[in-house]
Amino acid sequence: MRRVGVFVCWCGSNIAGMVDIEQVKAAAAKMPNVVYVEDNKYTCSEPGQAAIQKAIKEQNLDRVVVAACSPRMHENTFRRTVSGAGLNAYLLEIANIREHCSWVHPDKAAGTKKAVDLVRRAVYKVAKNVPLQRASIDVTKKALVIGGGIAGIQAALDIADAGQPVVIVEKTPSIGGHMAQLDKTFPTLDCSACILTPKMVDAAQNQNITLMTWSEVEKVEGYIGNFTVTIRKKARHIDTTKCTGCGICWSKCPAKLPSEFDLGLGQRKAIYVPFPQAIPNKPVIDEKNCIYFKTGKCKACQIFCPAGAIAFDQKDELIEEKFGAIIVATGYEQWDPSPYGEYGYGRYKDVITGLEFERLVNASGPTEGKIKRPSDGKIPKDVVIIQCVGSRDEAKGIPYCSKTCCMYSAKHAILLDEKIHAHPYVFYMDVRTPGKGYEEFYKRATEEHHATYIRGRVSKVYQKGDKLVCLGEDTLLGKKVAVEADMVILASAMVHQPAASKLAQTLGISYDQNHFYTEAHAKLRPVETNTAGIFLAGACQGPKDIPETVAQASAAASKAIGLLSKAKLETEPLVAQVNEGICSGCLWCKPICPYKAIDGKVIKERIAGGKTIERTVASVNASLCQGCGACTVACRTGAMNVLGFTNEHILAEVDALCL
Amino acid sequence: MSVNEKAAQAAGAATGPSTVAAATPAPEGWEPKIIGFACNWCTYAGADLAGTSRIQYPPNIRVIRVPCSGRINPQFVVRAFQRGADGVLVAGCHPGDCHYSTGNYFARRRYLLATRFIEYLGVEPERLEVRWISGSEGQKFADTVRELTEKIRALGPQRRLRETL
Repeated sequence: MRRVGVFVCWCGSNIAGMVDIEQVKAAAAKMPNVVYVEDNKYTCSEPGQAAIQKAIKEQNLDRVVVAACSPRMHENTFRRTVSGAGLNAYLLEIANIREHCSWVHPDKAAGTKKAVDLVRRAVYKVAKNVPLQRASIDVTKKALVIGGGIAGIQAALDIADAGQPVVIVEKTPSIGGHMAQLDKTFPTLDCSACILTPKMVDAAQNQNITLMTWSEVEKVEGYIGNFTVTIRKKARHIDTTKCTGCGICWSKCPAKLPSEFDLGLGQRKAIYVPFPQAIPNKPVIDEKNCIYFKTGKCKACQIFCPAGAIAFDQKDELIEEKFGAIIVATGYEQWDPSPYGEYGYGRYKDVITGLEFERLVNASGPTEGKIKRPSDGKIPKDVVIIQCVGSRDEAKGIPYCSKTCCMYSAKHAILLDEKIHAHPYVFYMDVRTPGKGYEEFYKRATEEHHATYIRGRVSKVYQKGDKLVCLGEDTLLGKKVAVEADMVILASAMVHQPAASKLAQTLGISYDQNHFYTEAHAKLRPVETNTAGIFLAGACQGPKDIPETVAQASAAASKAIGLLSKAKLETEPLVAQVNEGICSGCLWCKPICPYKAIDGKVIKERIAGGKTIERTVASVNASLCQGCGACTVACRTGAMNVLGFTNEHILAEVDALCL
Repeated sequence: MSVNEKAAQAAGAATGPSTVAAATPAPEGWEPKIIGFACNWCTYAGADLAGTSRIQYPPNIRVIRVPCSGRINPQFVVRAFQRGADGVLVAGCHPGDCHYSTGNYFARRRYLLATRFIEYLGVEPERLEVRWISGSEGQKFADTVRELTEKIRALGPQRRLRETL
C-alpha cells in the first residue's frame, strides 16, 4: 500500500475557471493509494511548494501527484520540491490539467471529467514509480578536435586559452584546411593567408595544443566525459624530431605529381609539404608515388637530407587516448561539376571551378598570382562566372543553397577587374547577400568594377577559335545571350566530405540527407549533436562562410569548455534496464539503439542440478543511453524496460484512462 | 489482394463482418474515448502549444506521455482497445526530426504492421491513427483530435476487443 498525496493547482483562474476543483479533489480522494488531497491557488509558488513539503512530512506521504500545468513546464520544479522534503525526486508524477485540459476545453463538465481521468492516470502511474538515483561520472579534462581547418583551429585555440588541453587530428599533412587555399576573403578583401597563418602558428606554439597531422580517427568508444579514441597516425617516413624543414629533400626528389593543394594546377614531389606555410613544416613521403617504395631504388631524399631524418621503415601507429569532449570540424569539399556536361568542365581546360581560380589568383599558387588561363597561359579579357553550379539543383542531388558562392563570385569579379582589367560576366539565379557588408560588396562589384550580372542559366559552353562561347538566357530581358569568354569560372557547390557518413557512424552522430551533420536543435542547440559531449563547428554541419564558421567554432569551444570545467557529470536515471533473468540474449535491441549503448555480456548462472552455465545477455551502458526506449519494443521477451517509462507504467496508465 | 488482406477477410468471414459494432446503435450519451500516445519532444509539446494558444478541440482524448514514438509498443494499443478505448492516436516527431534520430522510423514501420494487425483482429483500422505532429504544430494537434473524434463517433463504440467484465 502506497501513501499518495494529490495536490490540485488552481493556477489562479487558469485551471479553476474551467475545471471544478472540488469535484476533482473528491474523485481523487477515492482513488487507490491516495491518502491525502489538497488544493492550492498556485502550487508552483513558494507557499504552494511548502504545502507539499509539509504534507509529505505530516502525512508521511511516499508518492506525490501534482495536478497542474505541463510536466515540460514544472516537473523539475516539483522534483526539487519533493526531494527537499526527503522524498526521492522520481516519486512524483504530474497530471497536466492546464495545457491539455482547462485551456482547450470550454465545457466545464467535460473538462472536469477529463481532469479526473488525467489525475487518475498520474495516480496509477506514480504507484509504480521507484526511487531512482542520478549517477555521477568523471570527466577527462581533454578535448579532441577533428579537422584542422579554420573551424578546428579556432575551437582548439579557444579551449587551449581556457586552460584545457586539446588535440587536433588532421588527415592531411598540414593544418589550414580550405582557407589556406583561398586568396582574398570577402567582404574586406583581406588576404586569407595573412589572417590564417598567424592562427596556425599560434595553434602550433600553444602549450595546450597537440597537433596530430597526417592522422585520422579510427575508432570512438565511450560516452560524454569519457571518450576513448583510437587515432591512426599515418607513417610520414620522416623523423619529425630530426627534420628541420630545410626543403633539400623535396628539391632533390625526382618524382613529380599533380599537387592536391593546387587542385592539379601545379605540381608537387613525392616527398612534399602541401604549401610553403604548412604547419608543421615537415614533409611526408607519398608511399604510392615514391620511386623507392615502387622500385626499391632512388633514396635521393635520404642521401641529401643533412639531418638524417628520412625513415623509410616507419609504420602507421595506432594511438589510444581519452577525451572528455569532441568537436567535429571536418569541413566541406568542393563539388566536382563534371555532371554538367553542357559546361564542358574537364573537356575545356579554361573552364575551372571557383576554388581553382583561388589558386590561380593566389601569389603562392602555380602561376604566382598571375591570372593566366590554363590552356595557353594567355591573360583572359572576358571571363564568365556561372553561379549555382550544383547548388539549388535537385536533379544534381543538391537541393540546398551553398551560401558562399554569390559572395565569392562577386569577389572573383572584383579581383578580375582589379588585377587584370578583365570584364566579368556573372550568370546568376538570385544574388543572396545576407551578411554584414555583403550587399555593399556586391554593389561594389557591379558599380565600381562594372561586372555584368545576367539573370539566367547558361545552357551550353562551346569552343569557337580560342574563345569559349557561353549560350544562355537573360530572363529579365527575355532574350537569348551569347558571351564570348576567354575563361569560365564555375561557382561549384559546397558538399560534404566524402567520408562524412563513415565518420558519423564512428562517432555515433547523425547526418542529414545531404550528409551534413545534424545539430541537436536547428535553432536552440545549433552546435551540439544528439550525442552528448560531441559538438559541431563549421561547414561539416552545412555550408558556411568564414565569419560564420569562426563564430560556430567559438560556440562549440565554449560548450566543450563548460563540459570540461565540471568536476563531475550528473546523469539522468531514466535509462534502459535489462531484466537479465528473462533476457534471451538475442540482442535484437543492439542494432536498434541509436547510441550504441547496448552490448552483449556473458553472465554465469547456476541452473537446476547445481551446474553453472554461461550465457549472453544484453547490457546497457547507462552513460550512453538517452532513454528513448526503442530497444524495449524490439525486445521479444520483455526483458528491456526504460526506467520511469516501463511497460508496467504505461499499461497502468492505459488501464487508468480506460476505467 | 495481398496476403494480409486475404487473411483479414478470412478472419472477418469466420467471425462476422468487422463493422458489426457500428451496426449496433451507440448507447445514449456515449462519447468516444480516445487514448493518445505522444512523444515528449514533439507531439506532447505540440499539444502543450495548443493549450498555450487556447486552440480548442474535443475533450475525448487523453494523452499518455512517452519519451519517443519508438517507445510505443503495439501491445499498448491492443491493451487500450481491450480496456474499451474507441480510438488510439500514436504521434511523434516528423520523419527526420526525431530527438533520438531514428525512433519515429521504427514507429512508422511498426504501425504499418500494427494497423493491419488490428484489422486482422476485427477492429476497424481507422480507429488507429498515426500522425507526425511537431512541437510547433498546436493547430495540427487540435485538428487531428477533432478529425479523429468525428471519425470514431461515426464508427460508433469499439466492442470487438473490449473485455466484458
